[in-house]
Amino acid sequence: MKNILEVKNLSTSFFTHAGEVKAVKDISFNVGIGEAIGIVGESGSGKSVTSLSIMNLLSFPGKVINGSVCFAGTELTNLKEKKMQLVRGNEIGMIFQDPMTSLNPVYTVGNQIMESLLRHQKLNRGEARKKAIEMLSLVGIPGPENRLNQYPHEFSGGMRQRVMIAMALCCKPKLLIADEPTTALDVTIQAQIIELLKDLKDKINTSIILITHDLGVVAELCSRVIVMYAGSVVEKGTTRDVFYNPRHPYTWGLLKSIPIVNADHKERLIPIDGQPPDLLNTPPGCPFCPRCDHAMQICAQTQPPLSQLGEQHLAACWLLHPGAPRVERGR
Amino acid sequence: MVTIWMVVTITFFLMHAIPGGPFTREKALPPAVMKNIEERYHLNDPLWKQYTDYIQNLVRGDLGPSFKYQGVTVNQIIAESFPISAQLGLASLFIMLFVGLPAGIISALRQTKWQDHLAMSLATVGVAVPNFVVATLLMYIVGVKLGWLPTARWLSWQSVIMPSIALAGYYTAYVARLTRSSVLEVLQQDYIRTARAKGLPERVVVYKHALKNALIPIVTYLGPILAGILTGSFVIEKIFAIPGLGEHFVASIWNRDYTVILGVTVFYATLLVIVNLIVDILYCFIDPRIRLGK
Repeated sequence: MKNILEVKNLSTSFFTHAGEVKAVKDISFNVGIGEAIGIVGESGSGKSVTSLSIMNLLSFPGKVINGSVCFAGTELTNLKEKKMQLVRGNEIGMIFQDPMTSLNPVYTVGNQIMESLLRHQKLNRGEARKKAIEMLSLVGIPGPENRLNQYPHEFSGGMRQRVMIAMALCCKPKLLIADEPTTALDVTIQAQIIELLKDLKDKINTSIILITHDLGVVAELCSRVIVMYAGSVVEKGTTRDVFYNPRHPYTWGLLKSIPIVNADHKERLIPIDGQPPDLLNTPPGCPFCPRCDHAMQICAQTQPPLSQLGEQHLAACWLLHPGAPRVERGR
Repeated sequence: MVTIWMVVTITFFLMHAIPGGPFTREKALPPAVMKNIEERYHLNDPLWKQYTDYIQNLVRGDLGPSFKYQGVTVNQIIAESFPISAQLGLASLFIMLFVGLPAGIISALRQTKWQDHLAMSLATVGVAVPNFVVATLLMYIVGVKLGWLPTARWLSWQSVIMPSIALAGYYTAYVARLTRSSVLEVLQQDYIRTARAKGLPERVVVYKHALKNALIPIVTYLGPILAGILTGSFVIEKIFAIPGLGEHFVASIWNRDYTVILGVTVFYATLLVIVNLIVDILYCFIDPRIRLGK
């Protein structure tokens, strides 16, 4: 499989008055053509900053300080703003977390979808309008001709997210970055949106980076998963690897904190104790060390390297060192 | 309509509650003359009768004769002096919108750069210094010392410049500050990020997506600002000796010129009601969320 996106050793920092906040530290991954990958992790683990770094949309004082983002053979990190604008929305589409605030309240939905089409494709207004109607019906909005002239406040949350998806996909991008697309929605609507993404992935043949903290959503849609913690990749592999054979204690913790609906014995959810580290002055060693049940002396001193566990399965933990004691995953 | 009626009623009774009348002089007039005058102007009628008569005339659009200026009606005074005040007001409004708005937008886009610091320092001075001080300083420096513009009176188009700057100063500064904070706030919104993620050029992001949203709070303040310009013109017209409506209004109160006081008040009240109506319509125009019905 050829890769549409290759991210190598990407590091992003925010230079605040208090000092450098290392939001993303040396992460590498790639996305194959037509593939969907998931990036999971709790709030503040650097998922969204990763996506904004790819899009070159970091706002001051954020800055990519190292690494490369190679999209369809083009290096994006040092691309001129004018050229980057032709990539955004056209070749890489993006959906955001909160559909209630991500649409401009003072313009009609049609105007906002057509704007993207008029910018990137050689269409006149009539054609753009037709295309926008087509997109709205594709994402399952009934009566698209009338809906086109309505304002975002006339749509429900789920419908707005569908509009966002229509907008992100209208130019048939090669890659779609979905930054927590279901977090702000009702559970029933979440399932619909994921179904829709799954459906459109094949119809439009776009690759997807799904950013979420919901492991269920990942299992549904993605073939590979990257688990991030405090700006670093702690484990990555195929969805099967990560779900059935997780090797990092943080991944264990994440999996333990998902409710199982039809568990026959009454089981309590086990949260991961403690807080993620302060990214302003990260201690040496493994960032997960203070919250890890299996922490050893070395964990507090030196960052563990990513150990190769399978063809695609990697995890960064000292427990995977040949000399480490064997620890079994709980549950 | 109710607003205007209330304004008329309150003004009418307050006005009559002030001691003295239009024909009170230091040297009292002979009782016979006084009686004639009072009969002529119906001042000896009971107050309620005067009130109902006034309302009846008002409904017909007749604001009555001036007590002070013989043979001149209030309608004539307004017709003659309002165009002057209107010119002054419109010029101020023009300055406010075409200086205040761009200054605010530029400061927001060049946040913490020198353009921002310059505009905001000026705006702080503009908000802090009252209009009569600005007026006096302008008269002294531009009018007297430099001799570029006429110091006072209403003679040529040049006469408009200084008073309108003095009148607009505070509101221009206010609008600039409001625009700046509004634009900065809007630029933080999620939909601006969406617009950027669509690959739109920064120019379109700012002028299409940010500006229309940023204008909403400014339009909200436009009503009170216009009222302020109107009342501000009383002071400015007095200082620059401009024969506008504000000048007549101030004079009529000194003269206890009942009909002029009432007439000008009614006129201003109506004007404000209309202006606010226009602002509301404008508001619906830029913010689809408050559009009614449909």
